[in-house]
Amino acid sequence: MSRWRAVLAALAAVACIAAAAADPAERLPDPAQEARARQLFRQVRCLVCQNESIDDSEAELAADLRRIVREQIAAGRSDREVLAFLTDRYGEFVLFKPSFSLGNAVLWLTPFALLLAGAGVILVMRRRSPASEPLLTPEEEERLSRLANSSPQDRIEEATVPPQGGPTNARDG
Amino acid sequence: MIAELGAFALMLALALSGLQTALSVLAKVRRSASLRGGGEGAAAGAFLAVAVAFSALIYAFVTSDFSVANVAANSHTDKPLLYKVAGAWGSHEGSMLLWCLALTGFGAAVALAGRTLPAGLKALALASQGTLGLLFIGYTAFASNPFQRIADPPVEGRSLNPILQDPFLAIHPPFLYAGYVGFSVVFSFAVAALIEGRIDAAWARWVRPWTLAAWSLLTVGIVLGSFWAYYELGWGGWWFWDPVENASFMPWLVGAALLHSAIVTEKRGALAGWTVFLALAAFTFSMLGAFLVRSGVLTSVHAFAVDPTRGVLLLIILGVAAGAGFALFGWRAPKLPPGGLFAPVSREGALVLNNLFLAAAAATVALGTLYPLIRQAMTGEAISVGAPYFALTFGPLMVACLLLVPAGPLLAWKRGDVHAVVQRLWLAAALALACGALAWMVVHPRRLWAPMGLALGAWLILGALSEVAARVRLGAAPVAESLRRLKGLPRGSWGMTLAHLGLGVFVLGAVFEGSWKVEQVSVLAPGRSLQVGAYTLTLKDVRDVAGPNYEAERGLIAVRSRGGAVSEIAPERRFYPASRQTTSQVAIQRHGISDLYVVLGERRAAAGGGDGWLVRAYWNPWARLIFAGPLLMALGGLVSLSDRRLRLAVGARAARPVLAAGAAE
Repeated sequence: MSRWRAVLAALAAVACIAAAAADPAERLPDPAQEARARQLFRQVRCLVCQNESIDDSEAELAADLRRIVREQIAAGRSDREVLAFLTDRYGEFVLFKPSFSLGNAVLWLTPFALLLAGAGVILVMRRRSPASEPLLTPEEEERLSRLANSSPQDRIEEATVPPQGGPTNARDG
Repeated sequence: MIAELGAFALMLALALSGLQTALSVLAKVRRSASLRGGGEGAAAGAFLAVAVAFSALIYAFVTSDFSVANVAANSHTDKPLLYKVAGAWGSHEGSMLLWCLALTGFGAAVALAGRTLPAGLKALALASQGTLGLLFIGYTAFASNPFQRIADPPVEGRSLNPILQDPFLAIHPPFLYAGYVGFSVVFSFAVAALIEGRIDAAWARWVRPWTLAAWSLLTVGIVLGSFWAYYELGWGGWWFWDPVENASFMPWLVGAALLHSAIVTEKRGALAGWTVFLALAAFTFSMLGAFLVRSGVLTSVHAFAVDPTRGVLLLIILGVAAGAGFALFGWRAPKLPPGGLFAPVSREGALVLNNLFLAAAAATVALGTLYPLIRQAMTGEAISVGAPYFALTFGPLMVACLLLVPAGPLLAWKRGDVHAVVQRLWLAAALALACGALAWMVVHPRRLWAPMGLALGAWLILGALSEVAARVRLGAAPVAESLRRLKGLPRGSWGMTLAHLGLGVFVLGAVFEGSWKVEQVSVLAPGRSLQVGAYTLTLKDVRDVAGPNYEAERGLIAVRSRGGAVSEIAPERRFYPASRQTTSQVAIQRHGISDLYVVLGERRAAAGGGDGWLVRAYWNPWARLIFAGPLLMALGGLVSLSDRRLRLAVGARAARPVLAAGAAE
């Protein structure tokens, strides 16, 4: 379905398509700072594109945002400070990673809560079903009684030839 | 004239779908074979009618009949034939017609192929499928008619977006839609079984082939779209956690869960209620996807959101169909008999865990996709949920799930033996860890997580191979005996092995490409070079070339490998006058499973004066595995589908007793 995404991207701004951040004209001289900037770009949304980070977008606004991030990094701000600066200006919408705030608790906790709830349901269902499996299945019971009532020779044969032509525990797909 | 024929055929299809529902319901009530035959005939007729409508639309596109609004908006006389044809499903209206084609096609397939299904179940399934047909064909005919004429036809059409003019993308929607809509059959079977109140091993056996088919097709469709994004969008990304991609991923995950739970229901009669729930959920997510993509709720400038009432109508259809299905489930499911018992450590137990993780993962994707909407509606604040969120939530869920994959197939039904599993897997685990350690030492730059990811991929692959080895008793029996057993393995088992291998292959590719991709960007004047990975790229020349419906700058770039071998690649930057858009035609040179990926950018002043071009070059190591893996998974699905047992099950009125299955395998 990525085609529709592309339609949008194309409609919103044709220029959105291309990996723009690596443009040599924009790069910071310090490779470590540049690497940090790239890391941050991937977390920041290009506001005029459909769903692209400013790392990917060629739109002018994305270039502006990249310049802001690079300037702040060059000025010695921490990643957190840079992102906070962007959020103050453009709102939380600009972050691809939603903040760990109370408002987003549902978002962050639900996946794991679901997992726990599912595990809980499975446990409860197990409890509710008959306490445990009967020790022997009806076939096994029958086989046992046959063994008990047979001659020693039969017993050996019966015991060595598993029922139904194969081991009961045969794995199958 | 032809467009009117199409519109007429569409109305006919609507009527036939209604007839299919009515006759099938009557057939069930009156237990009449002739009425049932009528319902089946109507199902086949509805498919034929939609096929005629669809052909008419393709004809209108091929002949560039711009008096049809949809053609005028999406086609152009200059377009190559393939893209004229593909234009028929390139728009909202046309793709809805494709959806209807798939829907009625699957209905006809059930009517014709399921000859020996129990009469009642089949009639009810066809009635449900007919109702879905009524809803979607009605929606297409009345709210999204692709045959609408315009009074004042333009001389030339507005053309299809150039980045969509691509062979992979041309065939992407048919696969995707066949997958999406394939789940409708499973949905209908679930509805039928709930009405009948009987869900047993035989039912699961009838549902499995349809699930396998739909899931495999959906897999292929997603891979095609992803591969297209990889080479067309120009920076080698292949998955963006975009809402529209997520829309296709949710039914895929649910379908994967269904594939596994249906096995438990088939072999052991357990989890019947849960399997039915998943059968309903898979198609519900398909419909949710159709709604999300077309309603424009997720994006402010959506191409399909021409008219918001269309989105509302789709939401109503989704509500009616899914609501009815789940209401039926709530009413009937509690009365389902409990299935076979099993110990926590058993094949069933492993499959339950698989389902727990897959279901939680699907819910996570749904939540991440819908949460911005919910939050905005409740508090008015706009937020974004992107890749970092999914990496932190979906990621761990999937890793946990994947870690368990090799163990599942080695556990026995009912009561598994952990000790035996450890015995069969310790070698695979040790080798996988060794692979990770090796990657940690050898691959530079050194990364912490990536080697663990590679170890996970290796674990999946080696685990799948260990399972085959254990099955053929490799080492424990004479070689000839092992070979004989290898030949005797059922296709279903090969299908599983292939699919699990594919998972491992995908993980290897995704981890390696994601961690060790190299990017190099420079402004190059002709004659200058840049270095990416082990290759030196020299821009020789940039020429103007003319395509059928575009003009392009083509860069000739010499590629010299470290060993001295020289080859040439030619990325292009294309301009499409019809839509006034510029796109880049990436040049990809495949080296084994890795790609050298080169993009020609805009013209700029070069450092030493004169003209230069921005050249972006990437070394995408192991990138091909990202696409090969899922294709292997789809192949696994198809191999499984060809298993004689499944075909027999479709044909056999009374499925063989579950007990016998163990010995036969």
